[in-house]
Amino acid sequence: MEIALSHYLTVAAALFTIGIAGIILNRKNIIVILMSVELILLAVNVNLVAFSSYLGDLTGQVFSLFILTVAAAEAAIGLAILVTYFRNRGSIAVDDVNMMKG
Amino acid sequence: MTPIAFAFAHSLPEILLAAGALVLLMLGVFRGGDGRDWIISELAIALLGAAFLLLFFEIKGSAVVWDGAFIDDPFGRFMKGLVLIGAIVSLILSLDFMRREGIDLFEFPVLVVIAALGMLMLVSAQNLIALYLGLELMSLALYVMAAFHRGNVRASEAGLKYFALGALSSGMLLYGASLLYGFTGTVSFAGIAQAFQAKPSLGLVFGIVFMLAGLSFKMSVVPFHMWTPDVYEGAPTPVTAFFASAAKMAAVAITVRLVMTAFPGAAPQWRQIVVFTAILSMAIGAFAAIGQTNIKRLMAYSSIGHMGFALVGLASGTETGVQGVMIYMAIYLVMTLGTFAAILSMRITGTYVENIGDLAGLARTNGPMAFFLGAMMLSLAGIPPLAGFFAKWYVFNAAIQAGLYPLAVIGVLASAVACFYYLRIVKIMYFDEAAPKFETASPAVTAVLAVSSLLTVFFALWPGPLVSAAGAAAKSLF
Repeated sequence: MEIALSHYLTVAAALFTIGIAGIILNRKNIIVILMSVELILLAVNVNLVAFSSYLGDLTGQVFSLFILTVAAAEAAIGLAILVTYFRNRGSIAVDDVNMMKG
Repeated sequence: MTPIAFAFAHSLPEILLAAGALVLLMLGVFRGGDGRDWIISELAIALLGAAFLLLFFEIKGSAVVWDGAFIDDPFGRFMKGLVLIGAIVSLILSLDFMRREGIDLFEFPVLVVIAALGMLMLVSAQNLIALYLGLELMSLALYVMAAFHRGNVRASEAGLKYFALGALSSGMLLYGASLLYGFTGTVSFAGIAQAFQAKPSLGLVFGIVFMLAGLSFKMSVVPFHMWTPDVYEGAPTPVTAFFASAAKMAAVAITVRLVMTAFPGAAPQWRQIVVFTAILSMAIGAFAAIGQTNIKRLMAYSSIGHMGFALVGLASGTETGVQGVMIYMAIYLVMTLGTFAAILSMRITGTYVENIGDLAGLARTNGPMAFFLGAMMLSLAGIPPLAGFFAKWYVFNAAIQAGLYPLAVIGVLASAVACFYYLRIVKIMYFDEAAPKFETASPAVTAVLAVSSLLTVFFALWPGPLVSAAGAAAKSLF
């Protein structure tokens, strides 16, 4: 069986959904949120590279390189904020992120 | 003029800010010592001011430069002006606050400059890659700024929430961007607009939905508003002022540009989404704010409601509608900056207070401040003849011209409900038992409060320049 564009898109859609579900359903650990965000970005990259190869147009691959770079910066900032949060609160459980409500 | 000189001439403010941010960072780092602010904030204000002036000294007209990634047009210059005003005033407001809270580090003004640079690039984006990079440059700086008070548990919680939801939103935006790229074969807005001339396929509609969802997060529009109250409450107040002013301007600007220049062929599709989010935002902004006791939280719901009103103008999809959105954003900028200046004047025995109850009897303890804040509240409520009324008038007028009667009626009803909590603040200030007197605010904060309040009060006398500038700017999108 040949692997067509639709297969790649299905995999990317599945990864994207798992990433979103990971953020919304996760009640345990904030690190899981960071992992889910990476999953979402990788789903987008799969999409872009698949489209790029299908269309014979390099722009999509350039786009995905930009996304990889920004994702690295985003993860660094996310972890930095997480560290300051842990220092103040002594916990990184999602259920403890509840100082403000209403 | 050589092509490179032409490109530089059309992106001078951005280049100035990019170079200036690096110079300021170097200054702060190599000065050594305790990492205190020194004069970096003042230099950053001068830098942003210089960028603001450059907007008007640039070559006029529209030009697409940097390989089709960047457009310099009257619409962009108008919104960039608003962004820069928001950034400058937020920095002025931060001077005193940061020193008193002991977080006057030199990184803060550098982050403001970098965020402002991201916003300018975002406003001028002309393809999906530039849009994403501008958005991320802005967002990454904003995440850090929200958590800037790193010894404060509420600030770091605000930063964490903003980061988690912001990362989710940029993921959704990117997914939409990848679908748009795949189904049109191009990332440029003009190319996407061409592909939309035929009936949009399901993939394109999904692309629009995801893109608008991602941008709705940044605009804090219902149903993607959950982060707003918590982040507004937890972040340091000048940072909240920056979020509510400059960041909102940039997010609304790129939404308008994207919808108007990339999706004109899919008007029925995006209009449904915009109408839906506008109605929900106006309703949540009106009802959820009623029970709030913290004034920053109240301002968060107020900003959600105001974004809903601005989207009413966008929903009409006409030139008048875009003009209405721009007038709305300009007036909202003045009102929100003034209100945050008032919040920063609320200080009792050395600590900043945020409860609405602390404003009780302000008219007797500090008459001018009560008058200024009262004018701001009435203007936010949209009571004539204050500026807020005209802002709403322009967007509702555009909606009625476009035949969106139900939307305009719902908007007027929502703004009537919202009047309740704005008027409650006025009532608390003028008729309740006096609470302890506030300490004298710094002259800069008082000046911002007075100027923005007088602008909202006297806008009706001389609305011409703003209206015609917005009209000329809106024309460049069509």
